[in-house]
Amino acid sequence: MAAELGLAALWLAAALSVLQLIGGALAQRDTNSDLAKLVRPAAVMQGLLAGFAFLVLLYLFAVTDLSVKLVAANSHSDKPMIFKLAGAWGNHEGSMLLWITVMALAGGLIGFVERRLPEQTMQATLAAQAFVGLGFYAFLLLSSNPFERLPEPAMEGMGLNPLLQDIGLAFHPPTLYFGYVGLSVAFSFAVGALLTRQVNPDFARAMRPWVLGAWIFLTLGITAGSYWAYYELGWGGWWFWDPVENASLMPWLAATALLHSVSVLAARDALRTWTIMLGVVAFSMSMLGTFLVRSGILTSVHAFAADPERGTFILGLLILYIGGALLLFGLRASSISEGDRFSVTSREGALVFNNVMLSAILGIVLLGTLYPLLTEAFDVRVSVGPPYFNPVGAVFTIPMLMVMAVGPLLRWRQDSFTRVKWPIIISAVVMVAVLALVVILGSYSILADLGLAVAVALGIGSFMPLRGRNLLRVPIATWGMVVAHFGIAVALFGMASESAFSEEKLAAISVGESTQVGPWQVTLDAVEPVAGPNWTAIQANLGASYDGGTSIELTPQSRNFWAPPQETTESVLATRWNGQLYAVVGNEAGDGRWQLRLWWKPFVTLIWYGGILVALGGLLALIGRVKTDLKRRYVVKRAGDRRAEAAS
Amino acid sequence: MNKLWIWGPLGLFLMFSGLAAYQLTQPKDEFVQSTMIGKPIPDFDLRPAHQDRPGLAIADLKDGKPKLLNIWASWCVPCIAEAPHLEALNRAGAEIVGVAIRDRPADVARFLAQHGNPYTRIGADDLSEVQLSVGSSGVPETFVVDGNGIILHQHIGDVRAEHVPMLLQKLAEAGA
Repeated sequence: MAAELGLAALWLAAALSVLQLIGGALAQRDTNSDLAKLVRPAAVMQGLLAGFAFLVLLYLFAVTDLSVKLVAANSHSDKPMIFKLAGAWGNHEGSMLLWITVMALAGGLIGFVERRLPEQTMQATLAAQAFVGLGFYAFLLLSSNPFERLPEPAMEGMGLNPLLQDIGLAFHPPTLYFGYVGLSVAFSFAVGALLTRQVNPDFARAMRPWVLGAWIFLTLGITAGSYWAYYELGWGGWWFWDPVENASLMPWLAATALLHSVSVLAARDALRTWTIMLGVVAFSMSMLGTFLVRSGILTSVHAFAADPERGTFILGLLILYIGGALLLFGLRASSISEGDRFSVTSREGALVFNNVMLSAILGIVLLGTLYPLLTEAFDVRVSVGPPYFNPVGAVFTIPMLMVMAVGPLLRWRQDSFTRVKWPIIISAVVMVAVLALVVILGSYSILADLGLAVAVALGIGSFMPLRGRNLLRVPIATWGMVVAHFGIAVALFGMASESAFSEEKLAAISVGESTQVGPWQVTLDAVEPVAGPNWTAIQANLGASYDGGTSIELTPQSRNFWAPPQETTESVLATRWNGQLYAVVGNEAGDGRWQLRLWWKPFVTLIWYGGILVALGGLLALIGRVKTDLKRRYVVKRAGDRRAEAAS
Repeated sequence: MNKLWIWGPLGLFLMFSGLAAYQLTQPKDEFVQSTMIGKPIPDFDLRPAHQDRPGLAIADLKDGKPKLLNIWASWCVPCIAEAPHLEALNRAGAEIVGVAIRDRPADVARFLAQHGNPYTRIGADDLSEVQLSVGSSGVPETFVVDGNGIILHQHIGDVRAEHVPMLLQKLAEAGA
C-alpha cells in the first residue's frame, strides 16, 4: 500500500507541475488571471507531495519491504538501519527521486517566501522550475519508477554495494544533490529574468541566497567525496580527475563564478548578461554531470546505472533545457542593457578577472573530461589525467589566487593600485620568501612550491580586508568572505604540501618486523581474522611510533563482504597536527610476509579543513545576506504601513 | 564579437550534443585488446592445476604445433557456458591448453568433472602472471598461439557455437 501511495503522490506532483507551467506561461499575458494565482500554491503543494513520496521510499527501505523491486535489489534485512536508509538514494531510481524532491521543495520554498521580485518574473521563474521538473518527473515515472513492485516478493535483498556501506558515502551524494539541484533555482531565475527582461540588483539579491546555499552544499559534497575517496579506496590519493569528480567540480566552478558576479550585480548593477549566462551554465553543468555519469558514455569507477537508454533520455532533457535556455539567452541577451560601467582597477575589475579565470578553468576541466568522447569518435582511446589537468589548471588558478589576495581590498567602481601598494608588496615578499624556503627544504616540484607560496600569501592576504576596522562591526557577510578565502588558502597549502613532501613505502614484512616511512616507525605486531555483521576480514595490528615516541595501534583491514561478494580495503589513518600516516594491508606474499602500503602525508588534512572553512564562509555569508534581507523587508513593510496610515 | 559570445555557448553545446548523441548510438566496446598480438609470449612455468594433467611452461607452446590457450577459472560463470564449445573444438582436432586463474585444486577438479576436460595441460596461475603477460584482462579469454609461441589471435569472452569454425580456421592458417 505504501509504495502505491508514494507513486500516487509522485503522479499528483507531476500533474501540479503541469498546472504550474501553464499558469506561469499564461501569467506572462495577465499576471492577475485566476490560473496565474495558482502558480505559487501549486509550487508549494508540488514540493510537499514530492517530499511525501521520498519519505515513503525511506519508509520502504527502513522496513525492508522486499515486494518492492528497488528495495529487493538494493537492500538487505541484515544491514544496519542507517545504511538501509542510505540505500534509498544509493541507486539510480532513488537518487532521481531525491533529485526531483529537492527540486520540488526548492520550487515550493521560493513560491512560499520570495516576494521581492515583480510577480511576473516570479511566475516565469516558477514556470521554468516546473518545466525543468516535468522532464525529470517523466524520466522517473516512465523509465525509472522507484515504487515498482515485484510479481513475487523476494526472499532476501541483494544487498548494497559494500563500498557504499560507509557513513561518509551515505551522505556524500545527497549533499552534492542539494548543491546540483539548488542551482536549478538559479537557472529558473535566470530563465524567468530572460523572459521578462527584468535583470536588476533586486533580481541578484533574490537569486544570491540560492546560489550561496547550493554552493555551500557543493563545497561540502566535494570535500566529503574527496575525503571518502582518500580513505576508502585505499589508493592514497585525494583527487583523481575522474569524470565523476569533474562532474561535481564543474558546477562548483560555475557556481563560484556566479556567486561573485551576482555580488557585482547586487552591489553595482553591472555584469547583467554575464550573470544570467552563468546562472544558465551552472545548472547546465549539474545536468551535464548527471548525464555523463548515468549514460555510461565515459568510463569511470563511478559509472553506476550506466544504461544507454537512460542516457538517451537524459540527453533529450539536456538538449531541451540547456539548448532551450541558451537559445533564449541568444535571442534576449542583446536586448538586456549591459548595466553600469567600471574601471579595470576596481573591485568589479578584480571580480571580472576572477570570473574569467574560473570560466577558463571550467573550460579546461570540461575539455579534459569530454576529450575522450571526442577522440573515441575517431577510434582513438585516450585517458586524460593529472599530467593535463594539474599544470593547465594551475596556469589559471595561480594568477587567480594572487589577484584574490588583493582584490577584496579594492574599492568599487574606481581605485588605484598605489592605494593598496603595501598589501601587494607584503604579499609578494611573503610569496618569494616561502618559495625560497621550500626550495631550501628540498622540494623542486614547481607546481607544489608555487602552491605553497601562493597559499601562505593568500592566507595572510585573506585577512587584510579586516585591517583597521572594528572587528565587531564588520558585517557577517564580510566575515564570510574572509573565512572562505582563508579556507581556499588552507586547502591549497594542504594540496601543495601533500604533493611536495609525501613519502610512500611499499613493504613486505613478517610479524615482529618493522619498517620506516618518513618520521614513522611501523611494526607489524600480529595478523588476525575478524568478523563484522556482513563481512569477514584479515586485520593487521600495527604499532606506529612518530619520531621514537609512544607507539599507537593501527588496524588496517582487507574486508570480504558476502552480499554481494566483494573485497574492500579498510585503510587506517593516524592523524597528527602536522599530517597523516596512511596504512593499507595487502595480501600475504606467500612466505609469511604481509604486504603493507604506508604513506606519510604532511599537512594533508588541511585540504579538507580548508574545504570545511570555505563552506563555513559560505554559511556566514548566507546568514549575513538573509539577515540584511529580512531587515530590508521589515523596513520596506514599515514604510508601506506608514504610507497607508498617512493616506487613511 | 558581441554576437559571438552570445551565441557561442549554444554552438558549443550543440556540438557536444551531436557528439554525445553519436556516441550513444555507437556500440560500446568494453573489451581491452591485447597489445601482445603478433608477439611471442614471455617466459613462464606454471605448476599443474589438476592432478590428471601436467602443468604449463613456455616450452610447451614452442613445440611446433599451433594451439589454443584458454584463460579460465572454476569460479567463472561464462567459463561454464563455453565448456561445451571447447569440447567441440577439441573433437575437431584443436589442441587446447588451459591456464587456471587464481584457483584451488579441489575447485578445478570439481569443475572439470562436471563440465568436461578439453585440456591437454593446465597451469595454475595464482597471481595472474601469465594472464597479464599475454595481455588478457579478464576470464575467459582464448588465444590462438602458433608453434613458436607467438600470439596470432585473441578471443575475448566466452567461446560460443558461432566462434568454433573461426577459431579452427585460425588454427588451420597457423599450420595445424
